[in-house]
This record gives sequence, structure tokens and C-alpha cells, in this order.
Amino acid sequence: MPELLQLDAVTRRFGGLQAVQNVTLNVGQGEILGLIGPNGAGKTTLVNVITGVHRASSGRVQFEGRDITPLKPYQTARIGIARTFQIVQPFPDLTVLENVSAAALFSQAGMRQSVAREFAAAQLEFVGLAQMADKPAFSLTLAMRKRLELAKALAMKPRLLFLDEVNAGLNSTEVDHAMVLIREVAARGVTVVLIEHLMKVVMTVCHRVVVLQNGALIADGTPKEVVNDPQVIGAYLGKKYAQLGNAAAAPAAEAP
Amino acid sequence: MAMMRALPGSFRIALLLLVLLAALPFFGSAYGMRLGTIACMYAIMAVSWNVIGGFAGYPSFATAAFFGSGAYCGGILLGKGWPILAALGAAGLLAFVSALLFGIVLLRLRGHYFAIASLAVAEVLRELTNAAADLTGGGMGLNIPLAVKGSGSVLGEASFFFWAMWALLMTAFVSVRLIQTSKLGFGLACIKQNESAADMIGVNATLYKSLAFAFSGVFVAMAGVLYAAWVHYIEPGDVFDVLFAVKPIVMALLGGVGSPAGAVLGAFAFLGIEELVWRNYLQIHSGVLGFLVVVLLLFLPNGLMSMSQALRARFAGKAAG
Repeated sequence: MPELLQLDAVTRRFGGLQAVQNVTLNVGQGEILGLIGPNGAGKTTLVNVITGVHRASSGRVQFEGRDITPLKPYQTARIGIARTFQIVQPFPDLTVLENVSAAALFSQAGMRQSVAREFAAAQLEFVGLAQMADKPAFSLTLAMRKRLELAKALAMKPRLLFLDEVNAGLNSTEVDHAMVLIREVAARGVTVVLIEHLMKVVMTVCHRVVVLQNGALIADGTPKEVVNDPQVIGAYLGKKYAQLGNAAAAPAAEAP
Repeated sequence: MAMMRALPGSFRIALLLLVLLAALPFFGSAYGMRLGTIACMYAIMAVSWNVIGGFAGYPSFATAAFFGSGAYCGGILLGKGWPILAALGAAGLLAFVSALLFGIVLLRLRGHYFAIASLAVAEVLRELTNAAADLTGGGMGLNIPLAVKGSGSVLGEASFFFWAMWALLMTAFVSVRLIQTSKLGFGLACIKQNESAADMIGVNATLYKSLAFAFSGVFVAMAGVLYAAWVHYIEPGDVFDVLFAVKPIVMALLGGVGSPAGAVLGAFAFLGIEELVWRNYLQIHSGVLGFLVVVLLLFLPNGLMSMSQALRARFAGKAAG
């Protein structure tokens, strides 16, 4: 698998806090990678460093072989890196269609407004929001806003897509629907990095899972390997629990 | 955007009214023309402020700085014998370029911080103008020679400046409307609503905001040139007056933020009210004016433009019932 994204000893400090410590990680073309870890592990910070919201304090980020460490968010958006936000970030007073059109228009060089609108409409169709196209974004339910986030990200024609807890706060039917969407997106050839607390989603969708704890990578492997890793169980449930044995601990790891 | 793309109907009506206004010199007295020129000048300021304040959501108090620097740039160049069109072009260009550069620095600040910083620009420029007495005449002010020779009569000169200011208003009005529907306007609407989300979809926010700031300055600076040529004498305290920063905002709020037609309407309405109040309550006019503005904003928080929508809804309701 050719490497799409390469992180080389990436560290991000906030004052005395090392939010991301020395992370070295490769993401292959076409992969669905799960990025998990307890709250505060630095998952979102890592995404922020890759997308340019925060600049890496040290280390290097490469995308398609090109050093993108110093790029700003609007620049990473234009080279094919898209993300959804854990806390949804629509433009509340714009319509749903305008939200998605904006993503298509500003992420593609030379895109015309009319073409952007058509492309946006197709993305809304894909995520099942077509009937809401002319409603203002603030009127959507949470589940719909999550799908709007996805449509916005897809409108950017990403080659690498970060989905930051797109399933948080959704009921199980909505989660099932989202899982279908994620698979379809990956089938289009988009490499997906899934930041997720719901183990059901991680176990069924991801090809590979990496685990972050206190800003450092502590595990990397198939979903099965990772949930049986004593270090991972320790990170979520404490060291004592990890020593009880893998058989008991694996299902309990589903608790976020 | 649903709100920002103010009804094209209102835009057409405003355009029609503005075209009719051009006939003023054929009817108006000297007083009427003076009022019309000032109305156009204020409307230019309010329409321009909308680009940075209404579209991008950055409350700029830099209008006075643009106006004052435009007036002095024009005054100095006219004094050196430049033709008025050249002076207009130079002042507009200067305002655009310096606003672009200033914007990159100032627009890192948001909300109140940006407002205060933009207010400070005018104060700094005023002090600079005061200090550079060789060029500007300092506190003594600057006399400006007659810019239009051969107009002959006082009334002829008055109508020239009215039409010039009117033409500038038309240019500003149409330009701002074009900006609103352009990619730039769309990007500014995104920035206004959620700047970090705008960054994330590829909007170069720094560039867009700076462009908005520049466009909010260029026509105001040109209005400053016309003002200087019109009144023949300017001084720092006059053209860098903080009221030139505050009034356009009140006018845009009065008309409806984010709508070019609303800004023109707001400017004319404000000037009308100001004139009436000033005539009838000479001693307490600022108090009465302030009170009226507060009342209007309290009862029409979305400006006069929202009144037409409310009326339309009421008529539609009656027709249906």
C-alpha cells in the first residue's frame, strides 16, 4: 500500500503540556484507519496538527510525499485533506446547500459558483439531506448536522478524510446509517481516518487501529489485536483491570 | 446567505430611487443640493462599511481614517495642480493598498479588539496630519484651490459636486452589490458566521478580510477627495472626525446590516431625521437624535429593510385570510 500520509516524530506542546508526543505514523492509500484513545489523549490535537490548525512543535508531516508541516488550514483544505469537526461547525444562517457549495467552491481552484452548487447538490443526495437543501443549517437536528459535516467534507473532493466522532450523540439506527456512508466513502477511493469512541464502529469498519494515550501512540494493529492489547486495556480501564486477563477485558473495552 | 442576499427587488427599487435623485439639481435650491451631496457622501460611507462590517462581520471604525486620508491626499494633490480625476484615482489606490496592508495586521484581532484598533487608526492619522505641517498645513488646515474651473456660478459648482458625489455613490453601490454576489462575498459570509470553519474549507480568510477592508475604504477615500474639493478648506479635526466612523455604522444598522440597499436607505433616513431634529431642537439635538436612533434600533433591530418584509408578510396574510 503506498503511503498517503506520513507523520515523522510529530510533537505538539502547549506550554508545559505535550499534547502530542513524538508520533510516527503512516496512513496508506485507501485505508480506513481507526484512531482511538481515552478523552484528552490528543486525538483531535493530532488532527489539528495535520490540518494546520496548530503547527507541529517539532517533527514533520508529509502528504503524498510533500512536506505539509508549515501549511495553514485553508492550504491543507486545497490539497485534498478534509475533516469533520467533533463539535459540528456549520455556517448557521446559510442554507444547507450553500454550506456544502462553499466547501466545494473554496477548496477547488478555479471552481465556478454554479458548478459548485451542482456538485454540492450531489453530495447532499449522497448523505440523504437533499430534501433539506434550502433550509438554514441552524434548523437541522444533530444527526442531520453530522451528515451536513460529512457532505461538506466530501464536497472538497478529499483524498484524505478525518472523521472526528461523527457518530457521537447519534442513536443506533443513525449510527448504522453513518457506517454505511463511511464504507461507501471509502469505496470511492477516499482514505479515511476515523476518530471514534464507539467500538462497534471501530471493530466493524476499520482495517487498522492505532491507539493514542497521553499524546503518545501505544498500539498499532488490526482491531482485534488492539482491543486485546493489555496496554490498551490498561489505558482505558486501569492497569489492574488489564492484569485480570484479556478474555474478561475485551468486551468491557467497549465502554468509552 | 439567505438573509445576506437581500431581496433583488429592494436592490432594484433603491437603484431606481438613486437614478431619480440625479435630477435634484434641476429642482433643488442650493440648500437642497448641499443636503443631497451630503446624503450621497454618507450613503457612500454606509454602503462601504457594509463590506467589512456587514458582509465580513468585522465592526470597523476606520471609515474616518479613510475619509480623512482621502481628503488630505486629494487636497494636497489638487493643490499641486492635479486634475480632480487623477486625484480621485490616486486617493482610491492609496486607500486600497494601505488598507490591504493594514488589514493583514489589524484583522488578526476580532470583535471589540478590532473595533478599538480600527478607531485608533484615524487618531494616529490625525496626529500625523497635525505633525506634518509642511505638507498638510497642520492644525492651520489646508486651503484647496478651485477644482472645476469654468463652472462659473456658485450653483453650477454645487451641482457639479452633487453629480460627482452621486456618480461615486452609484459606483460604490453597484460595486458593493457585485462583491456581495461574487465568490468574495460568499467567502465573507462564511467568515462572518464561522471563521475557523471557513478556514477549514479552504477560504483564505486573511486575504478575504483584507480585501473586504480595502473595498470598504476605497470609495470613502474618493468621497474624501470630492469633499475636500467641494468645501475648499479642510483641517484634521474636521475630516478625521470620529463621527465619520460612527455615523456610517448607525446608518447601516438603521437600514439593515448586510444589505447595500438598506445602507443607502439608512443613510438617507438618518440624514433626514438629523436635519429635522437639528432644525427643531437646536439646543438638545444630539440628545434627541440619539434617543430616536436607540428607539428605532430597539423596535427595528434588523433595520428598515426588515419593515418591507414584515409589510409583505402582512399583506400576504390578509390576501390569504
